[in-house]
Amino acid sequence: MQGVTEKHGYFIIGKEVQRVDAFQKVTGQAKFVADFDMKDMLYGVLVLSKYARARVKKIDVSKAKILKGVKAVLTYKDIPGENQLGEVVADMPCLVPEGEEVRYHGDVVALVAADTLKIAKSAAKLVEVEYEELTPILTIEEALKNEYKVHPNGNVLTSKRIRKGNIEAGFADSDVILEDDFYAHYQEQAYLEPQGILATFDNNYGITIYGSMQCPYYVQSAVPKVLGIPMNQVRVIQAETGGAFGGKEDVPSYVASQCALLAYHTKKPVLLVYSREVDIQTTSKRHPIKSHYKLGLSRDGKLKAVEITAHMDMGAYATLSPIVMYRSLVHAASAYDIPNVKVDIDGVYTNKVPCGAFRGFGSPQVLFAMESMVSEAAKRLKMDPIDIRMKNALRVGSRTSTDQVLTESVGAVKTIEHAVKISNYDELKRQVIEFNEKNKFKKRGIGVSHIIYGVSLGAAGQHLDAAGALVQVHRDGTINVHFGNTEMGQGAKTVISMIAAEALGQKMDKIRVDNPDTSYVQDSGPTVASRTTVFGGNAVKSACESIKSRMAKHFAKTRKVPIDEITFENGTVKTSNGEEEDFGKLAQECYDANVKMIERGWFVSPKLYWNPETGIGEAYITYAYATQIVLVEVDMLTGRTQVIEGYTSHDVGKKLNPVGLVGQVQGGFVQGMGYGLFEEIKTSSGKILTDNFNTYIIPTISDIPKKLVIDFVEDDYSQGPFGAKGIGEPSLMPTPAAVANAISDAIGRRIKRIPATQEYVMNLIEEVK
Amino acid sequence: MLVRFNLNGENIEAEAEDDERALDFLRRLGMKSVKEGCGEGECGACTIIVNGKNVVSCLMLAPELDKTEVWTVEGLSAKGKLDPIQKAFVEVGAIQCGFCTPGMVMSAKAFLNKNPHPSEEEIKKGMEGNLCRCTGYFKIVDAVKRAAGEG
Ligand code: FES
Ligand code: FES
Repeated sequence: MQGVTEKHGYFIIGKEVQRVDAFQKVTGQAKFVADFDMKDMLYGVLVLSKYARARVKKIDVSKAKILKGVKAVLTYKDIPGENQLGEVVADMPCLVPEGEEVRYHGDVVALVAADTLKIAKSAAKLVEVEYEELTPILTIEEALKNEYKVHPNGNVLTSKRIRKGNIEAGFADSDVILEDDFYAHYQEQAYLEPQGILATFDNNYGITIYGSMQCPYYVQSAVPKVLGIPMNQVRVIQAETGGAFGGKEDVPSYVASQCALLAYHTKKPVLLVYSREVDIQTTSKRHPIKSHYKLGLSRDGKLKAVEITAHMDMGAYATLSPIVMYRSLVHAASAYDIPNVKVDIDGVYTNKVPCGAFRGFGSPQVLFAMESMVSEAAKRLKMDPIDIRMKNALRVGSRTSTDQVLTESVGAVKTIEHAVKISNYDELKRQVIEFNEKNKFKKRGIGVSHIIYGVSLGAAGQHLDAAGALVQVHRDGTINVHFGNTEMGQGAKTVISMIAAEALGQKMDKIRVDNPDTSYVQDSGPTVASRTTVFGGNAVKSACESIKSRMAKHFAKTRKVPIDEITFENGTVKTSNGEEEDFGKLAQECYDANVKMIERGWFVSPKLYWNPETGIGEAYITYAYATQIVLVEVDMLTGRTQVIEGYTSHDVGKKLNPVGLVGQVQGGFVQGMGYGLFEEIKTSSGKILTDNFNTYIIPTISDIPKKLVIDFVEDDYSQGPFGAKGIGEPSLMPTPAAVANAISDAIGRRIKRIPATQEYVMNLIEEVK
Repeated sequence: MLVRFNLNGENIEAEAEDDERALDFLRRLGMKSVKEGCGEGECGACTIIVNGKNVVSCLMLAPELDKTEVWTVEGLSAKGKLDPIQKAFVEVGAIQCGFCTPGMVMSAKAFLNKNPHPSEEEIKKGMEGNLCRCTGYFKIVDAVKRAAGEG
């Protein structure tokens, strides 16, 4: 920073701090959207499709409308603006019109608002819809035949590819070639707080929307379109958000459009909170992906060629699929230096729940397949799974599978070394052999995975990759920070407070980070892709630094000291000659001298070159890496698997908030473990059967491993705030693959499907017999 | 019917519908810490303490609260001072999104009242009814251990 001495040590960055929102949350004062009470508030309910595919012949709302307490029953006819939603492709009706098709069980045909939730639910049952049932497309294979079409233009929406090197030559040059098929199923985000929006109508202003969401700016662009009003009449304020994991990226735009319609027509505040069942039935999941992998290697384990074809089940609407696919594409060959890479991915429509964003964003499915192949190759070559990864790992100067040259912050090798060290790998292997010799009906296995994560949105999302902030230092030295990214449990507010404190030199408890409000900060893109620390963080940092520099100038002038000898640290401003002032007192002086104490910050991603035809280019601004080792125990009589120990090393660039990082990795590990083992969406004729926590089983406190050792590698990223990259998604990504590899190791058969449910594992065990 | 009960140390009377869930009734009385995550007794977000026992309020009817003693998180820190369990949750970082937190705290409270010096296995058994999707539970175990150590 100009004019002020740069310090080497940090007083708050990297230190153990308490979450800034912990007190409100632990006392029950934190306000989630369902906790808002407004005078004359109405309750909203959806009327959903009864079929996976059918033509809507007639919608009759007359009986519902006359029920006492009902204030509105809306159909497509009541939409003043466009009846078309979709963040990437506008292929989804807000309310399905008569004469058109419902395309999955969660399509919405009508909306109800009433004085109480009970009345609204009763009224929803009175809406009569006449359908003509049609043959639904329920599998990728059926979809590819294109006999029936989910949308008029055919069932394959988009295809993406990578062509690096010469694939034929790569295989010709290989000593060993392996091929296999893999399948990764759905996963439900299962945030504990269901989707919810409160929309209020104000004659003078328009509509204000509060809600549980990751991306207020998505909501702010969707709602005006549906209501046919300009953007400046829609203000979006994020409420406390009870977990999201990608599930509240674009979905809240749809929930908000429904809710805003009800508010628009009733001129009353309307609260629309999904029941768990409606949430699971209607909202987007992790994509099922079928893939075929072919690997070529030299005898000594060097990867020569990888060829991949994959199909993603997008469900009935595109939602975010095209960009999810981009991440699947770039991550399909994982974290290795491979000269010849060919990848083809298709996104396929079916008459099922739409799939979209979920922590990892299309990568855990392909990483599971690739990492299974790499471990299988090691087995074939009689190599250790660690050694084969070390041999092919990315280093500074390596080229990724999109031929991007890595120039800095490549901690990949270090994560492998650390994982080996923290797991005491050789001893762990010895113990497993010993255990397996002694036990007949219980077998243990070790699984390794090594992954790459492209930070932020990448070349395909550059138009969204900027973020803003608004920082104001008050005359008492306290600070308000507005930024454009959201806190959803991951600790964004805490890390932003730390960055602001460090950049200003003020104490952390003087900083308040407000929930995003679209009327304060310019569109800062979505809060996804583990981009908040880098993007929001940099924007906040630059705003803080401008204010600090003005405060320093004032201090230098009034104390007659050279500006480059002033330091700001933890609430005190000092010079080398012993002159000292409290940050708050200096703020007051600045106010008295009319110094500008408010500032905006803006951070734009470095521009990336990308060729969509060849999939060659700078796919992401930088990458994070991780290596994980897990120990499982499989009951050979039942097929039940338990993860006993986990060891995970993550390259994060720089640790800003170590407590928060550990929390992210613990949560990501357990969520990834659930995906690897037992979280199973079951459907019948396209309808989800597992629509609450009694049937969709997520990990409980009893399922967690006895031991989870977490390690961080620091290899500064020059463009990150204080050198940091991201952690949100890499925390989950290695786990499904590591768990699958460990089960394969334990039972001596390759796991080719996740979740590797008890039933699936048992079948494999039986096959061996 | 008119429900007379003791809520967080205060005697209360309030009208309730016969089929009203205790969850909705308490929220209507301002106890917004009582969260609904599933409505089916599976997630524990709506956990309250009734006559010393942790129960899920989504499966209980408001009239059943008549003549009982009920505690929610609002009652634990009524005077602005955190209960040792709340303190432990904050200090070890057992809170992320916070949606499960009030239910977790109430389950931990009832559990530690019964078993003040639990083993790790006992903590896991005791807290099994409360789901958390954010933390992976490790720090929740730590928080209950820490609260037990200080209690
Ligand atoms: S809401 Fe009561 S247990 Fe989930
Ligand atoms: S902290 Fe989010 S569900 Fe527990």
